[in-house]
Amino acid sequence: MGYLKIDHVDKRFQRGAATTEVLKDISLVIDKGEFVSIIGHSGCGKSTLLNIVAGLTPATTGGILLEGKEVNAPGPDRAVVFQNHSLLPWLTVYDNVALAVNKVFGGVKSRAERHDWIMHNLDLVQMGHAKDKRPAEISGGMKQRVGIARGLAMEPKILLLDEPFGALDALTRAHLQDSVMQIHAALGNTMIMITHDVDEAVLLSDRIVMMTNGPSARIGEVLDVHLARPRKRLELVTDRTYIAAREAVLKFLYERHRFVEAA
Amino acid sequence: MGQPVLKGTTAGATLVSLSGKQPEVVPLPAAPSKPLLAKLLPWGRSALVNLLPPLITVALILLFWQLAAHGPQSSLPPPTKIWEEAKDLITEPFYWAGSQDIGLGWRILVSLQRVAIGFSLAAVVGVLLGALVGQSVWAMRGLDPVFQVLRTVPPLAWLPLSLAAFRDSQPSAIFVIFITAIWPIIINTAVGIRNIPQDYRNVAQVLRLNQIEFFYKIMVPSAAPYIFTGLRIGVGLSWLAIVAAEMLTGGVGIGFFIWDAWNSSRLSDIIVALVYIGVVGFLLDRLVALIGHVVTRGTATN
Ligand SMILES: Nc1ncnc2c1ncn2[C@@H]1O[C@H](COP(=O)(O)OP(=O)(O)OP(=O)(O)O)[C@@H](O)[C@H]1O
Ligand SMILES: [Mg+2]
Repeated sequence: MGYLKIDHVDKRFQRGAATTEVLKDISLVIDKGEFVSIIGHSGCGKSTLLNIVAGLTPATTGGILLEGKEVNAPGPDRAVVFQNHSLLPWLTVYDNVALAVNKVFGGVKSRAERHDWIMHNLDLVQMGHAKDKRPAEISGGMKQRVGIARGLAMEPKILLLDEPFGALDALTRAHLQDSVMQIHAALGNTMIMITHDVDEAVLLSDRIVMMTNGPSARIGEVLDVHLARPRKRLELVTDRTYIAAREAVLKFLYERHRFVEAA
Repeated sequence: MGQPVLKGTTAGATLVSLSGKQPEVVPLPAAPSKPLLAKLLPWGRSALVNLLPPLITVALILLFWQLAAHGPQSSLPPPTKIWEEAKDLITEPFYWAGSQDIGLGWRILVSLQRVAIGFSLAAVVGVLLGALVGQSVWAMRGLDPVFQVLRTVPPLAWLPLSLAAFRDSQPSAIFVIFITAIWPIIINTAVGIRNIPQDYRNVAQVLRLNQIEFFYKIMVPSAAPYIFTGLRIGVGLSWLAIVAAEMLTGGVGIGFFIWDAWNSSRLSDIIVALVYIGVVGFLLDRLVALIGHVVTRGTATN
């Protein structure tokens, strides 16, 4: 059972004679429509895990099953919103999304349908007005939104977000978190998001996966967040479940798996 | 020229500041009185700043040259003598009086045509080979050392071989252009492609772009600044090589004109031809740089 299954994944990097084990025995089952956050200290292997799910990095042992079938190459069914947006600077906002849409729906949708679909996704992240701008001409938050629009426009089975709001200021961040919650509510996508931010994890997730420190990082704990949706950030500030969840994650990160400075 | 305008402004300003109450509005009433001039002034200034120094330099060079070469025992003609002897070459670049008696403009065009063919071939083949070398580790290991050796061969050293292979001067000259221009294009393209950020490759992989789509949707635009650096060096080398090649292969190009003029001791004609070659080479370089600037404006800003 389960929509996406991460099955006993190990990851070792080999450089010359030296081997570093980054991930050890990661297993996780994610249901359709679930929003899962992965949280852990810097360098523990979160991006590596996400890249393995995306198929960009091969697992050393173990594998990924999507709807019961093994996936080991990247594909548009697992769209990625990259940590640094990764928009192509020579294309306009519209063309960045169009590149994905034309590739994924080239044979299925007509030209007019594809245009409508591109605009629909840009409007979803409120970027329709800037469709003719180039990435260099828009702000960091706007770039990240276009990145999300590009991911969503592929209609992926799973949307993978690698610290999508990491480089943004608190206000923009809050705004984009709300956008993502709305999109998740409206479309019911399955999403996996990496984050460093405890509040963000609790606010957005159905489950929070907490990773131990590397090397050989494991899944330390998985926390279910039983908060009704739609969630309103202001109301949650005093909500008991919210506070308890927040405390549990903080405890895990700062007491039980305190960040040890790399020597 | 600027002096009277300035005076007018000051006069108007004084007038207004006397009648008006606030001194800071002073420049405003003066503006509508010279809208065209106000627009032309900065433009004229920048033209002046950019054109005047080189013009002065040229004038000084001509002056010293005139002084140094004006004696009867001088082996090189002074500018005035060049003007007397080669006036028709300077003023009528496009006259046509028989197959060998044509203006320098026509000769330049013939040479440019050869460069255009050879350089275009070099650009296409160079970018493709550069992409191969940049993309594949094994292609790089196999080809790069060969390229590094071949690129140091002087252009003219290829000429005998290509004459032997093609048995005709026209394709031989084009081949020399091709082989001269291709190395910087290959090498710069390869560097550009090796520098494509992993992020772009990841995007391509997630989208499952095939090799061809990856080539023209990611590789070429991403490496475009490097490719254009290579093209710019290549076009400069082509122009260097064509003049030398034409001296040896004959025909109606500008290179052969110089050789011909040397054989009949027309030094003035040679000097005029040198100026033509220099100006055209400069324009070629600027043209490729301009195209590169337009094409890569997206990539370069990031
Ligand atoms: N290609 C690679 N070769 C060797 N080691 C690597 C490679 N990629 C990642 N690593 C190592 O794997 C570990 C985990 O890296 P990863 O990028 O997954 O961390 P992360 O949890 O995403 O960190 P951050 O929160 O800072 O983004 C690091 O110690 C890193 O040095
Ligand atoms: Mg990371």
